[in-house]
Amino acid sequence: MFVRGELEKIESKVLNGKRLSREDGEFLFACNELSWLGTLADYVRKKICGDLVYYNVNCHVNLTNICKARCKFCAFGRDSGDKGAYAMTIDDAIKLVEEASLDPHLSGLHIVSGLHPTWTFENYLAFVEVLHEKFPRLHIKGFTGVEIQHFANISGLSVEEILIKLKAAGLETIAGGGAEILTDRIRNTLCPKKATADQWLDVARTAHKLGIKTNASMLYGHIETLAERVEHLIRLRELQDETGGFQTFICFPFLPKNTALEKKINQTSMWDDLRTIAISRLMLDNFQNIKAYWVMLTVPVAQVALSFGANDIDGTIHRENILHDAGATSPRSLAEDEIIKIIRDAGRVPAAVDSNFNVRRIIK
Amino acid sequence: MILSKAKKKISSGQRLNRDEILALYEDNDLLYLGESARRVKESKTGKKIFYTVNRHINLTNVCKANCPLCAYQCQSGDNRAFTLELDDVEKILQDAAHVKEIHIVSSLHPEKNFSYYVDAVKLVKKILPHVGINAFTPVEIVNFSKISGKSFSQVLRELIAAGVTSLAGGGAEILSDRVREIICPKKCSSSEWLEVMRTAHKLGLKTNASMMYGHIETIEERVDHLIKLRDLQDETDGFQAMMLFPFHPENTQLGKNFNLQRVGSWEDLKMLALSRLVLDNFNHFKAFWIMLTLPIAQLALSFGADDLDGTIGEEKIIHAAGAKSSTGISRETLEKIISECGYQPVERDSFYNSVMENI
Repeated sequence: MFVRGELEKIESKVLNGKRLSREDGEFLFACNELSWLGTLADYVRKKICGDLVYYNVNCHVNLTNICKARCKFCAFGRDSGDKGAYAMTIDDAIKLVEEASLDPHLSGLHIVSGLHPTWTFENYLAFVEVLHEKFPRLHIKGFTGVEIQHFANISGLSVEEILIKLKAAGLETIAGGGAEILTDRIRNTLCPKKATADQWLDVARTAHKLGIKTNASMLYGHIETLAERVEHLIRLRELQDETGGFQTFICFPFLPKNTALEKKINQTSMWDDLRTIAISRLMLDNFQNIKAYWVMLTVPVAQVALSFGANDIDGTIHRENILHDAGATSPRSLAEDEIIKIIRDAGRVPAAVDSNFNVRRIIK
Repeated sequence: MILSKAKKKISSGQRLNRDEILALYEDNDLLYLGESARRVKESKTGKKIFYTVNRHINLTNVCKANCPLCAYQCQSGDNRAFTLELDDVEKILQDAAHVKEIHIVSSLHPEKNFSYYVDAVKLVKKILPHVGINAFTPVEIVNFSKISGKSFSQVLRELIAAGVTSLAGGGAEILSDRVREIICPKKCSSSEWLEVMRTAHKLGLKTNASMMYGHIETIEERVDHLIKLRDLQDETDGFQAMMLFPFHPENTQLGKNFNLQRVGSWEDLKMLALSRLVLDNFNHFKAFWIMLTLPIAQLALSFGADDLDGTIGEEKIIHAAGAKSSTGISRETLEKIISECGYQPVERDSFYNSVMENI
């Protein structure tokens, strides 16, 4: 597997700013040269985004865990009536955000939720309207491509119309989740009831055309092949070439606990996590930011990921629900001080940003 | 430029001096250090990663040293206090036939005399005659010398006769008397620690070495510590493996007094790689997964470590200080972690010989 000449060829492409091919990407996954990968990814990171590491002081708002998609990799979704099933009222959401707003640095909300079987689009829209009105200072990032497609399905409106209404209500950014692996083979097996690969990409494309920035993600470490990971990265890269509307890319290692795949699949190793981040940085040459999502990676791995191509460490979160249902061992929130220390210990400069990556404060 | 000189030395395999080590620390290029350390590791032990099927025995946690750095020790009468007697040790070893190494480290019990420890070793040797017995840190050896009135050399000879095959590497902490006065004032001094090791090596007893970092020590003190170990190794060549212990502050007086936090994974990997580059005369570096957690220990294999230590049965000391890792691990898990990095798992005995039945 290990071919020195191949490594040198890829290295020289990267150093000369040339794009890596699909074959290069597949080779990188096969080569097992972790620190070499890290060094190359770190070079690219430095060139594209310098030494700042972005984080945001944010609050996750998961409106409901009642979901009709019930994807196999999810430990968060419930049927209504199940133990632990909940659906927030608008007052519940306001209360949560009021509590999080006690932190004067809170700059944004991250709203993602289950596909509730009886809620209408207007129900979801109302949360955005009210939260925006009550907390105009807070940047609202909300809904994944999967939720947007769902809103179109249940309302009879087009994706574009949905996005226009959400934007008018105060939504500024679309969340990056729900991409999973953008191939129909995977989606038909794991999440047949939610947006297809093309639909997910089309939501992002439409949002970008409307001037709404979005994020992108990849859920890996389940039943996908390494070639499918590369395929996924290339599909994102192509759309980014077309629109330039993706802000950050997030690698989600699959957490099997409490999911339908728990008995079949072992959790990824940090080896796999770090190489996937590094390869993503190398393949996604047109993305500005690569996120090390500490909730899934754990804090120690996320910190090390900062030298494997990541320049974004997500946020304080306030209270994480979705992945803690899947047995995440990281804390449910981090204090801003802790995030700053993690970044500084890695020799980098912490910068608080809003959900559109506008720098609010650089912590010298 | 000191830094470029240091890098030149690294690429040509020359020894680093104090200023160069400090410059590399300051430079903070984690992947450079890691990649360089990995090359050094591969030049010494190739693609092999060692592990051992071992068992820890902590004879007692009752301790007269009462070090501020420790969460394990307690006073007799405390409801956590325990002291194993010989039949307890026998019970622990009932199902240990497959074990290749027994590791015995304990606190400094205020009443037990030297023969208690010697008898424990003899018993292990009797039950498992072929097993390596890696036992007692220099701190304990100094204590044995004090309570028995015997010299280090006499104490060590008696232990060798009883069955000890190598000395444990703990208790070094930071070999600076300024630091020891604060973190472990009643433990042996730096020079005593080194003298026990020197004596052991001269008697043909191999030992490990260690450093505990991330508390109140300065970076200069860490570097001086490494240089002291390197100097002694030049003299005796008796150290087998180096271990790095990040300080776990939870439940310790030291943590409370100085409001200390556990250093991050960045610092752990950086210190591992840097130490590998400094200790050019050491063959083996352990990634002690109990302290690092398994994910970081796996990554440590590409930052200079070549030994994942063992499938430890029951670890008490570090878990008393809040370590998050599980207390035991299977051979399959260890081998999987190693193979995944492109390395070859090798089950070792106490002296880094491969255990043939596993190949």
